Amino acid sequence: MDSLPPHMRPERSFQGLILTLQRYWADYGCVILQPYDMEVGAGTFHPATTLRALGPKRWNAAYVQPSRRPKDGRYGENPNRLQHYYQFQVILKPSPPDIQDLYLKSLAAIGVDAALHDIRFVEDDWESPTLGAWGLGWECWCDGMEVSQFTYFQQVAGVECAPVAGELTYGLERLAMYVQGVDRVYDLNFNGREGAEKVTYGDVFLQAEQEYSRHNFEHSDTAMLFEQFKMAEGACRKYLEAGWDSDKKERHLMALPAYDQCIKASHVFNLLDARGVISVTERQSYILRVRELAKACGEAWVHTEAGGV
Amino acid sequence: MPDLLLELFSEEIPARMQAKAADDLRKMVTDKLVAEGLVYEGAKAFATPRRLALTVHGIPARQPDLKDERKGPKVGAPDAAVQGFLKATGLKSLDEAKIQKDPKKGDFYIALIEKTGRPAIDVIAEILPVIVRTFPWPKSMRWGERSAKPGALQWVRPLHSIIATFGMETEDPDVVAFDVAGIEAGQVTRGHRFMAPAEFSVRRFEDYEAKLFDAKVVLDSQRRKDIILADAKELAFAQGYELVEDQVLLDEVSGLVEWPVVLMGSFDEDFLSIPGEVIRATIRNNQKCFVVNDPKTGKLANRFILVANIEASDGGKAIVAGNERVIRARLSDAKFFYDTDLKTKLEDRLPKFEQIVFHEKLGTQAERIARIERLAAEIAPLVVPTAQGAEKEKLVEKAKRAARLAKADLLTEVVGEFPEVQGLMGKYYAQTQGEDASVAQAIEDHYKPQGPNDRVPSDPVAIAVALADKIDTLVGFWAIDEKPTGSKDPYALRRAALGVIRLVVENEKRVGLQQRFAFAAEELLSVGTSHPIMDRNKLPFDLLSFFADRLKVQLRDQGARHDLVDAVFALGGQDDLLMVVRRVEALGKFLDTDDGKNLLAGTKRASNILAIEEKKDKRAFDGAPDASLYKDDTEAALAFMIAAVKSEASIAVANEDFTFAMSAMAKLRPAVDAFFDKVKVNDDDPKVRENRLKLLNEIRAATRAVADFSKIQD
Repeated sequence: MDSLPPHMRPERSFQGLILTLQRYWADYGCVILQPYDMEVGAGTFHPATTLRALGPKRWNAAYVQPSRRPKDGRYGENPNRLQHYYQFQVILKPSPPDIQDLYLKSLAAIGVDAALHDIRFVEDDWESPTLGAWGLGWECWCDGMEVSQFTYFQQVAGVECAPVAGELTYGLERLAMYVQGVDRVYDLNFNGREGAEKVTYGDVFLQAEQEYSRHNFEHSDTAMLFEQFKMAEGACRKYLEAGWDSDKKERHLMALPAYDQCIKASHVFNLLDARGVISVTERQSYILRVRELAKACGEAWVHTEAGGV
Repeated sequence: MPDLLLELFSEEIPARMQAKAADDLRKMVTDKLVAEGLVYEGAKAFATPRRLALTVHGIPARQPDLKDERKGPKVGAPDAAVQGFLKATGLKSLDEAKIQKDPKKGDFYIALIEKTGRPAIDVIAEILPVIVRTFPWPKSMRWGERSAKPGALQWVRPLHSIIATFGMETEDPDVVAFDVAGIEAGQVTRGHRFMAPAEFSVRRFEDYEAKLFDAKVVLDSQRRKDIILADAKELAFAQGYELVEDQVLLDEVSGLVEWPVVLMGSFDEDFLSIPGEVIRATIRNNQKCFVVNDPKTGKLANRFILVANIEASDGGKAIVAGNERVIRARLSDAKFFYDTDLKTKLEDRLPKFEQIVFHEKLGTQAERIARIERLAAEIAPLVVPTAQGAEKEKLVEKAKRAARLAKADLLTEVVGEFPEVQGLMGKYYAQTQGEDASVAQAIEDHYKPQGPNDRVPSDPVAIAVALADKIDTLVGFWAIDEKPTGSKDPYALRRAALGVIRLVVENEKRVGLQQRFAFAAEELLSVGTSHPIMDRNKLPFDLLSFFADRLKVQLRDQGARHDLVDAVFALGGQDDLLMVVRRVEALGKFLDTDDGKNLLAGTKRASNILAIEEKKDKRAFDGAPDASLYKDDTEAALAFMIAAVKSEASIAVANEDFTFAMSAMAKLRPAVDAFFDKVKVNDDDPKVRENRLKLLNEIRAATRAVADFSKIQD
């Protein structure tokens, strides 16, 4: 790492941080994937986590996933909250016995010295009602700041994980703010250059935060979104039904396209929720509908080749 | 005798589970030892974030030998019975059995089973894996390769190693040989995750604890707590501050570190414009740090105390700086929430309550608030009975205003973030928007008292709203038949009832409850529920008997006699709790006197005789006795005293002077005693007998002016 030019160093640039984590996990043997090309609420939704966590096959992967949480938009005015941000996701199946050490070494790689900082594993059990998933683990604290989520998946899409996968999720902006010593996310140095060449996180994303906040809270076309939700739900069911190779339902041939529609429905629901057009009681039923899709996709996936058939 | 050392070393155990886990481990192991005949001398269990440990000392090296005699079938019994006997006792043939002579019933076989005790270490090796596999974690998980197969070990977080050694102090102990899910018990552990990660070997508890300490692990959580508390106090004191002690936080923090290092940080003084409780909630809940006071002002200072898990190479500078940044961001959020909240008046938030369901059968929050407002207006004049005219109107208006605004802070950002400051924030927002001081205070206090140790509000407005809130809750859940049962009380109705009792009794307020219950039930029918509710004529009585029970519990906790509560409630119509309590007190004192005891005995005697004779004659003996039938002087004297005492006691009761009523009762005693001494109730002349029974009935009736003596235990 010492051979890195200054602008590539993880404590100097946002992209340097990402590259360092990618290199670290690539070196461990992970498949380094690119982000999934759909809108998702978290890195967990990427089929490389949700679906690959199921079934008996080994699977080690890492990737950056842009995550959208329409409700968290603050028109670019809050120093920490964003409706679009990046997660760095690592999934290791089965969870290796030294997974905590691997994680701590990854922190060391990005410049967090465990002899200098107070690193802690604080109970935080993870549950995703829309994915029908849960696991036990921790928030990882560095000097009182939560920098990662660490979860041993027990169940995903309603299916027991066998074997269990370990999931690490780094909040990249927070981590970058920490190692760069910056208090406002938009002040992050993105490209590691200084002076006229410097590009900040704000240069890249501030306008987007403002525009999407307007969209998410005020202007998104709710009639269209309600329609889209129904269509995605319908399509998901249709693909799931059509994907079985025979009436015996021994093999499924379209789990991935069906799951895309589940992701779609989930994001559309988040947009509707941000607009405040879903009442408290309806909210539960929407979450349940997405969960039913996720469960059916999980069931289909375990009947595919990658799912272990 | 040998000792056992056990350590279960895992990834980080949630702080909130550690204490119970240590206790469970001790109990499970020692219970099993005792069940196996291994009676030990002592045991102690420990928990840190990464380990559960147990030492049991003074375990016998072997189980005691057991001798058992088992009776078998008769000599000559059918073969099936014989085979069953052999199988059950483990004998090879009947030759190994003894024959017991029995001339009456016939000879039968007896098996003498001698079981030699096994070495304790073998028994322990069988016990421990079972305990690990069945350990009662509130939540447990699977992990790693082995989780692919069914029946994989479950633990709170991945379990990495086990120490189990057994042996005498003077010798090298043996490793208890067992394995669980591929983890073999041994005698190796590790120290602090960062400061002493190397493996090391231990022999027994003494060197285990000492070596851990050298490896930067304080095993005993109480010791960690002591260190944190002492260091935090000292650090605060050295800088001229005073630690705000917080036991719950201390318990939690001590479960997050193996090697506590206490440090102090600061935040911008500007944040002190946020209410102190919010600062504390932010710093405590999110950052698990302590706050400190400035002893000169008694208010929060812009400092906080954090507990790190490491002696950092720079003395903690980076750790403090990092925590300061997080706290700054958190306080910025809190300040933003607070400032945002201040922009909206409390009443402007109310329409939103129309969309929020309080309980599906009890309508919306808006409906509930409307009910509480009307009930508070109804109760307020009872709280200050002397208030008349304009003063009374003003009081009622304040109570209504406070009731209307009391719940509004539930919709604020700060309370959304920190539910524990509900009420308190409402008070601050009310003060800022210029509400009357009692109205603002009532908003905070209407939730009180929350339990037996919580403060009871004393301002009349607060009392009225607090009572209205609780009575609406009680009547509501009573109406839809969601009463507490056994240990289940999801809506905290027992606490609400106790709250009503304390509000009324400690403030010495006269509030007839049945009428309020009826009023609240009517309100519920008009606003809030379209669901069928419990018979509204029955509800006030049913709920009142719940109060009688709560009052009994309350008095019993205070060491008073709860049977006296029954004796008073049995009079009927007793729904003024203050009067009930006063009467119980006076009655208790009276019964401590000789007069009281004897009168009670006399009254009971009268009651018993009456009960028998009433049954015999199948009639009651009520009505005035006939003076012309008195044969003995004591009869006339008793009749005279009854009449005198009755009127005196009734007047005293009407004046609510129960002590005086009791002393009036005392005068009855000599007359009753003399009557029973001299007179035979069941006289041969039926008319005289009837007249005397009527007199007895009069005694009973007279005492009912103060209590139903038949409910009092001797």
